[in-house]
Amino acid sequence: MNALGVEQFPDYKVPGVQHVDFSPYESNGGSIVAIAGEDFVVIAADTRLSSGYSIHSRDQSKLFKLSPHTVLGSTGCWCDTLSLTGLMKVRMQMYEHTHMKTMTTDAVAQMLSIVMYNRRFFPYYVSNILAGLDKDGKGVVYSYDPIGHCERATYRAGGTAGSLLQPVLDNQIGYKNQNLAADQLPPLTKDRAVSVASDTFISAAERDIYTGDSVLINIITKDGIEQKTLQLRKD
Amino acid sequence: MMNNAFAQPMWLNGPAPGQFYNFMGGNTQAELPRELTTAGPFGTKHSTAAITTGSSVVGIRYAGGVLVAADTLVSYGSLARYQNIDRVFKINDKILLGGSGDFADIQSIKRSIDQKMIEDQCCNDGVVMKPKSLASWLTRVLYNRRSRMNPLYIDVVVAGVDEAGVPFLGNVDLRGRAYDDYVVATGFGRHLALPLVRERKPKDRDFTFEEASNLIRECMKVLYYRDTRSIPQYTVGICSASDCSVKGPFKVEENWTFAETVEGY
Repeated sequence: MNALGVEQFPDYKVPGVQHVDFSPYESNGGSIVAIAGEDFVVIAADTRLSSGYSIHSRDQSKLFKLSPHTVLGSTGCWCDTLSLTGLMKVRMQMYEHTHMKTMTTDAVAQMLSIVMYNRRFFPYYVSNILAGLDKDGKGVVYSYDPIGHCERATYRAGGTAGSLLQPVLDNQIGYKNQNLAADQLPPLTKDRAVSVASDTFISAAERDIYTGDSVLINIITKDGIEQKTLQLRKD
Repeated sequence: MMNNAFAQPMWLNGPAPGQFYNFMGGNTQAELPRELTTAGPFGTKHSTAAITTGSSVVGIRYAGGVLVAADTLVSYGSLARYQNIDRVFKINDKILLGGSGDFADIQSIKRSIDQKMIEDQCCNDGVVMKPKSLASWLTRVLYNRRSRMNPLYIDVVVAGVDEAGVPFLGNVDLRGRAYDDYVVATGFGRHLALPLVRERKPKDRDFTFEEASNLIRECMKVLYYRDTRSIPQYTVGICSASDCSVKGPFKVEENWTFAETVEGY
């Protein structure tokens, strides 16, 4: 029982050792899709909050406006989402007061990664997608894993139906496997981004029981954030 | 001492004169508050089971106020142990709290909240805590406890009105998960009462007071018929801009005449 000089616990129960039957985590479901364009970014999330076969709320926004040009979508363990977004808002306010300016989307993206990694050994059980305009006004999407790995992308799906939605986006937004030359790719319009995002959610609601009720869509441009809702199936 | 990964040799880390030898070889625990730890060389076993429990709480928001109802039973396992205990509390003139889950934990959190209300009063500035603030505070307390793996086994309904008279109805569970909606239920109410209320919700408007109070009566009846951990007596908290109080106890209108027609058991 002495591997690498570190003594291990034996297989039988040691008196006093913690044997917990409480799980600090819970999956509360929900999906997010974000698509970035040249001068805009669209981020959408469904509004169902559930656990197991129970639907707690059919009208819970999972999009958090962090600044006039940055929106965070967060799903997973809802209590972790609440804590994480609360902490992000506090940290952004501190930045604003010390530096007399609003954080850029790229800075928020970096900070979110650090805040998440701070809990490396007791992670926030959340799937985050950050959407916004960078300092040049270009649309950007950042996606994260629960321990803070951060990747910049142009489109991303996350949450319980993330694995269902991502291949659709690969095909419809990334034009993957369509044998198109790089200069033949049609430019992405705002309307197309919104309609693809809407369609993916309609499809996800058919197959994922944790996605449904309605979708909130935020369209971020230099003029502000436009909000739209789309009803989904509620069963 | 086979579990002591970094045991120090016997006499090197010896006792100071007049002190006892520390057989943990210097592995002293950092001091945590008493309620968070128990003494133990290998860690801490926290209580993770509810003992005395309250069943469902049902809350409905209507135009101008909220209703919160819970039966007056606190069970001890399957024993209907305490049959006359209010589980809906008036916190202040703007807040009601309905508690289910471990009743000892409910009483504990209730004491902390009452202490906060006294501190609020001591300021004598006329500022009264709003239901949203209390719900938010509860998420922080419960989230902290769950993060320490020592949760309070409760599921509470926070309801009330803010200073503008806008009603609020929310739920916070043992992990600190929180949301607010026009209907909230805990325990079996989540399966039995929630669908009943959602089915009757008009799309274009809020419930009226009459609709809400009829629904509460209906919900408590269904819960009494189908939840084995319930009794036919309940209290209802009402909070609006003009009134905040807990009414009752009320009796469920029982009707068992159909029982005579049931055959084959």
